[in-house]
Amino acid sequence: MTVATQSTAMPTAGQHGLVAHSDGPVVPVQTRSERFRSVDVADFAPVTGREHEWKLSPVAAFADLTSGELDGARLDLETAGAEGVAVEWIARDDARIGTAGTPEERASANAWTNFGEALLIRVTGEDEKIATVTRTGLGATPRAAHTVIEAAPNSRGLVVLGGTGSARLSENVEVIVGEGANLTVVSVQEWDDDAVHLASHFARIGRDAKLKHIVVSLGGKVVRVNPSTHLAEQGGDVEALGLYFSDAGQHLEQQVYVHHDAPNTRSRVTYKGALQGEGARSVWIGDVLIGNAAVGTDSYEQNRNLVLSDGTRADSIPNLEIETGDIAGAGHASATGRFDDEQLFYLMARGITEEEARRLVVRGFLTEIVQQIGVAELEERLTAALEAELQGA
Amino acid sequence: MSVLEIKNLHVNVETDQGTREILRGVDLVINEGEIHAIMGPNGSGKSTLAYTIAGHPKYTVVEGEILLDGENVLEMSVDERARAGLFLAMQYPVEIPGVTVTNFLRTAKTAIDGEAPSVRHWVKDVRTAMGNLKMDSAFAERNVNEGFSGGEKKRNEILQLELLKPKFAVLDETDSGLDVDALKIVSEGVNRAKENTGLGILLITHYTRILRYIKPDFVHVFVAGKIAEQGGPELADRLEEEGYDRYQVAETASAE
Repeated sequence: MTVATQSTAMPTAGQHGLVAHSDGPVVPVQTRSERFRSVDVADFAPVTGREHEWKLSPVAAFADLTSGELDGARLDLETAGAEGVAVEWIARDDARIGTAGTPEERASANAWTNFGEALLIRVTGEDEKIATVTRTGLGATPRAAHTVIEAAPNSRGLVVLGGTGSARLSENVEVIVGEGANLTVVSVQEWDDDAVHLASHFARIGRDAKLKHIVVSLGGKVVRVNPSTHLAEQGGDVEALGLYFSDAGQHLEQQVYVHHDAPNTRSRVTYKGALQGEGARSVWIGDVLIGNAAVGTDSYEQNRNLVLSDGTRADSIPNLEIETGDIAGAGHASATGRFDDEQLFYLMARGITEEEARRLVVRGFLTEIVQQIGVAELEERLTAALEAELQGA
Repeated sequence: MSVLEIKNLHVNVETDQGTREILRGVDLVINEGEIHAIMGPNGSGKSTLAYTIAGHPKYTVVEGEILLDGENVLEMSVDERARAGLFLAMQYPVEIPGVTVTNFLRTAKTAIDGEAPSVRHWVKDVRTAMGNLKMDSAFAERNVNEGFSGGEKKRNEILQLELLKPKFAVLDETDSGLDVDALKIVSEGVNRAKENTGLGILLITHYTRILRYIKPDFVHVFVAGKIAEQGGPELADRLEEEGYDRYQVAETASAE
């Protein structure tokens, strides 16, 4: 049977949505995995601050990192190694580079275009081990860096990637977790007050492998660490944790993305932050995409903010996209609460001093994440650093 | 022998409409081991008295004194008052995010005693006190008052009363919103605290219901910021029958 019907669904010139927006020909990306990506900075339009990935960031504070020339020389490192963790510089054309992810925004692409050699941190062997690599004294020069953290199949290990001193750094960190490996990566930002640090972490999780990824941001003027995890093979597991303390004039941001792309994968995202002081700012965006292939996914993401004073702002945006009906569970939660005068009165009415009351609340709130780090010495140091933040130090 | 004395207390509160005088000359003496019920209609200043004793910054004392064993309470900060032996069981206990009941109780006990309690005894004391108040042990790991029902919040207040062992406790409408079972449990806790520590109690309530379970030695009727009448327990019985109307009528008449 052939019936010629005129479809009423054909678009017409006047149809809503066909005409470009007044601020440019921007077509909203509907699915998180379909965002434009490229390793070449020239493929990205200059940053205006209106882009969805920049709209909550103080883009004027780091125009040099999104559009300027970056110094791609080796960074100064302080390394505390361990047996089974090799740290070395590798050439740009190393086959591992680019296997975990591709930049989705201009600062990331600018770093990719400009880095000279990449730092490789390679974990092998099934024994537990801890290695620390701290970048320090980077100075006022805008820099690009590229790091590859690779866990060999069935290996175990914990890598702390730290930053101290002054810095203007845009970087990419690729995390390649081999089949059956169990890797923890802790990214600790303890920069000086004037530092700007923009980082994109791309993790690819192999079959039955597990990554625990922890972002701790305490110091720096603007710190933006955006970890994305591709659960590319079945049985992959990611635990993405974050901890931040934003004080006066500080902008701490994290855009967390988990892509479930294989059967029976699991993700847990928990970010907790405290804000104190005029202009203290935090941004958390949590995107979870459960793809068509990801049957049996078990996913949960949450962000909690504790506001300790007036004049702060915490943005918290969870997004969940599900393309398959056959999942074990998916959920998200976000809450921003304040520690106010009535809470202070309540604690003090039980004999607790004001100073102790604040410490109690913030410690209680953030300890959940600190305890997950698994390096006693680092946990103690961060607990002390958090208390120093509270004193306004 | 401890004594809490309130002398000619005048208290103002700042509101959007300006300064309002809430307490207009309150005199009260509470000895160790005594239970004083403060009863009165809404807006008579009962809660203001409670919060002023505890030192809430919203209330300004413009005249008068509060003395604990001769020490000037008004010069003490909120936490100093608590460490000196005063306790306020709040009508609306606030939620404290991130702080578990266990952590909170231990911190408060350490602050009040000036040293950390011995771990073994403390854990046992907490468990016993929670059992007495029919609180599930899971409470210990929940954040203070977060997601607690009204009754659970009130039990948590009395739990603190029993563990912190103050000299004097002000119970601000602890009975409000409780069903009869919870009211009994809470009342038993208050009676136990008095029995065990010789606690002096200022029991603030709108209703006579709780007085069936906590027997007052003295009853004071609060009207328009001062004590309009006082007597023994029989005064509560009379209030139960007559309500507060006759005081308000008298107040209106005297104001004209």
